[in-house]
Amino acid sequence: MAADLLTHVLRQGDRALVLSHRLAQWITHAPTLEEDVALANISLDLLGQARHLFTYAGELEGEGHDEDHFAYWRDASEFRNPLLVEQPNGDFAVTIARQVFHDQAAVLYWESMTDSGDPTIAALAARARNETAFHLQHSAGWLIRLGDGTDESRRRAQAAVDAMWPFTSELLGADDEGALRADGLIGESIESTWQVAVADILLGAGLERPTSTEQCTGGLHGAHSEHLEPLLHEMQGLARAHPGATW
Amino acid sequence: MSTVFPQWEVFVRARRGLDHQHAGSVHAPDGETALRAARDLFTRRQEGVSLWVVPSTEIVASDPADVDALFGPAADKAYRFPTNYDLPPEVDHM
Repeated sequence: MAADLLTHVLRQGDRALVLSHRLAQWITHAPTLEEDVALANISLDLLGQARHLFTYAGELEGEGHDEDHFAYWRDASEFRNPLLVEQPNGDFAVTIARQVFHDQAAVLYWESMTDSGDPTIAALAARARNETAFHLQHSAGWLIRLGDGTDESRRRAQAAVDAMWPFTSELLGADDEGALRADGLIGESIESTWQVAVADILLGAGLERPTSTEQCTGGLHGAHSEHLEPLLHEMQGLARAHPGATW
Repeated sequence: MSTVFPQWEVFVRARRGLDHQHAGSVHAPDGETALRAARDLFTRRQEGVSLWVVPSTEIVASDPADVDALFGPAADKAYRFPTNYDLPPEVDHM
């Protein structure tokens, strides 16, 4: 079945929300105070994007659901994020490799969506692409420094790139969104541009581009890894314990 | 990461036409990273349109012990202040 615009918007909103939560888990654990603030800032940018996307999802769905409904009251199987963003933080290198792959895709995605035939998404894209461009500077900057740093940082960076690589294909679009593309609601495929850009970053970092073609997919259709449920449990616990609470 | 990164002094220009002002410092392994950290720490609320970072070790500072020798003598040199001079009445509202 072809995905509708609501599914597309939820995929993007879930991507932003889940990654936002993963980055928030770094707060007070980052290697330096500066990096703590940097990761928190990126997390908050992603949260802001998720909120806009969920609010719009509520409009598209037309059942009176607000942003909180989509964030707090859906279970793992209803989430449509790519598997990459739910992967555990690991060491700093894993977080940075995950972020580079994500940020490069997000930059190209939002760039392509500034021309969307959907004015709400196009307006959101105009803002999100600036935020995301900075996120990529941050993550790519770190990957280059880790790859080009000490033997230990290089070893960990390569291990992180290898570990995250099998989760990248889902970042480059879903196989059921052809109709949305034909209608001009979503842009051209970002895959080839992403491949070239990521190869470039890896080259700059002195890291090997993984040759494995095996890819894990399923997140965009609600089939998640074992890591999403504990994340949601933590993220949704308060809202579910005190429904409708405000502060 | 037990290594302590070098310190950088951060200067922010709030608006075009103003000077860069010292805002604080960050730790970072290199200038580019320091700039990004400074962006996050000192321009979150639209405080700036331009940033400089300078290695703190490159700043040559005056010695607090020299305060009297450096700055004291300025106190009794009234001729350095414009108010020390009587202006002819012809120079109105200067």
